[in-house]
Amino acid sequence: MPPELLPRLVRLSGREGPVTVLKDTRVLVVRVGDVVLKAHPADTDEAELKARLEVRLPGLLLAPLGTDRIDDRIVSIWPAGEPVTPDDLEKPPWEEGGRLLARLHAQPVPAGLPPMGGPARVARAVARLEPDDLPRRAYETLDLRQRGHGLTHGDWHLGQLLRLDGAWLLIDPDDLGYGDPVWDLARPAAWYASGLVSPREWDRFLGAYLEAGGTAVSAGDPWRELDGPARALTVQLAATALTTARRDDTALDEAAGALISSCERILATPPPS
Amino acid sequence: MQCPKCRGNMRTFDRNGVHIEQCDGCRGIFLDYGELETLSRMENQWAQQTYAAPPPPAPGPAWGGGHHGGHGYHHGHRKSWVNALFSS
Repeated sequence: MPPELLPRLVRLSGREGPVTVLKDTRVLVVRVGDVVLKAHPADTDEAELKARLEVRLPGLLLAPLGTDRIDDRIVSIWPAGEPVTPDDLEKPPWEEGGRLLARLHAQPVPAGLPPMGGPARVARAVARLEPDDLPRRAYETLDLRQRGHGLTHGDWHLGQLLRLDGAWLLIDPDDLGYGDPVWDLARPAAWYASGLVSPREWDRFLGAYLEAGGTAVSAGDPWRELDGPARALTVQLAATALTTARRDDTALDEAAGALISSCERILATPPPS
Repeated sequence: MQCPKCRGNMRTFDRNGVHIEQCDGCRGIFLDYGELETLSRMENQWAQQTYAAPPPPAPGPAWGGGHHGGHGYHHGHRKSWVNALFSS
């Protein structure tokens, strides 16, 4: 994190505190009192991010309180809610996630919205790998073409849910755009395919999505649509895990090992035609 | 009753509702009308129970792992990697 960024974010909030750093990666996310400030990466396309931040879907997607700027970084300001945390492990809100995504996918694509950022995230994740790394090699076999053009979150996982005044909302429109909405189901699908999420949890998520009218997959054969995007998210998650383990000089944990094994099988299993 | 083949003495058995006569001399078996059908029906049921195909694996991709072999990482020590479920 650049020096001074944190104190300047705190000053920008106009709140007294307390201050909690929620995330410090490509983005810096800080909670100060009852607001959350997010400093977006300096290389963010400003017009695209502004278009995404302007989308208003009341009761479905958390809207920012405003935006500002610190040097070359756009800062978005949000009401603080109760995010989903690993403490919710006992009963992750799979159904709530599935239902919110089904409603999101039923919305028209607002004019001026860029393509969703899913495929770019996969490309960024593998760009940091060595050419011989399994996820990098599996990446070469992926078909990243978008087969749909609906409103898509672009980076959905359980942490993209927030409870505000008792209601669940989707958060983080940084990758929101038009594309194939099945990508929003692809990360849970990748976890499931690697054995990291149980068949029961997967059924709860997909069942709630379909019951709420979700249209990104066919109820009879959901893997027809899911296969390609789930391969892509498996590669992304494996690549990120590998990069993290190298950076921290630690061994791959069990989850990373399962994802790398899946990359091996992806390489050995051509996509269904 | 006398055995129709060797004239030996036939002894009566009841096995699972099937009435059987067996000859003490030549061990030949005599079935009443309909008993052969009952036996083959029972054999079919037994074979189906024994050799029935295993339940289909949970649907998933051809390259999937974890569930198809009955393994999975979601039991027990999930806490070590659960953060991954909640972060980009």
